[in-house]
Amino acid sequence: MTPHLGERFERRTFGPLTRTDFVRYAGASGDFNPIHHDEIYAVGAGFPSVFSVGMLQAAILGAYVTDLFGPENVRRFAVRFKEQVWPDDILTCVAEVAEVKPDDGIVVLTLQCLRQTGGVAIQGTAEIAASPVGPEPAVG
Amino acid sequence: MPYEVPIERGKVREFATASMSSNPAYQQPDAVIPPTFLTTSARFWMTDPSGIDLGFEPSRLLHGEEEYVFPGPPPRVGMTLTASHELTRRWEKAGRRGGTLRFALMTTRYTDADGTLVAEQRTTVVETERPPSAECERP
Repeated sequence: MTPHLGERFERRTFGPLTRTDFVRYAGASGDFNPIHHDEIYAVGAGFPSVFSVGMLQAAILGAYVTDLFGPENVRRFAVRFKEQVWPDDILTCVAEVAEVKPDDGIVVLTLQCLRQTGGVAIQGTAEIAASPVGPEPAVG
Repeated sequence: MPYEVPIERGKVREFATASMSSNPAYQQPDAVIPPTFLTTSARFWMTDPSGIDLGFEPSRLLHGEEEYVFPGPPPRVGMTLTASHELTRRWEKAGRRGGTLRFALMTTRYTDADGTLVAEQRTTVVETERPPSAECERP
């Protein structure tokens, strides 16, 4: 079943994000910039609190895509960082088919990761191999 | 300088969990990597980071864009990749609120044991003229 142009997929929310989520991602990624986990450091630098590293919401958006389409089928994933994400934020990921390339079996998605304010944390695009080569995507 | 990147099962699983994925595929012994997993490669495996010193001031550095391209299914657990990185492009443009923004695009290419390209990572960073506000993201 090939997705069709303009098709929108079920949106999914993540969070509220906690400082523990930030720290778990720091450990997993190896990015230990203290602005993302050390409250004293972040406040000293002029921020109201720590804030999420952009690559965490990029990874969450990636999880949204791979849970929909299967990890084996991702051929391109690109993000542009817009608004910062803060503790207690609830993120909503959305995906829409922007283009279908029948010749090479690729579906191009436009992606957004939105904050509860409606602000855009991340804009992205992904290319998915429409003919699955791996295990079925996760359900739900 | 090229460096080796072993794709480890526990690291993939840890990254998928931190990414809030509920996909059981990431729990398998031959899991493919999550789309942004290769962000870990330089942090854990790069031996000589001197080649990518852009001369940017860290306190004014933002992460602008990040892109991953996979010619086929993404690399999977058990593979050892070879990563090589380069500074692809530098450019400047005027900021919306004055000042000059300096951009740099870095590309990392990952090949498998046969030398076949299996992933490409493109990272765009921005140096602002003043310390960043809440408008953008730090790397």
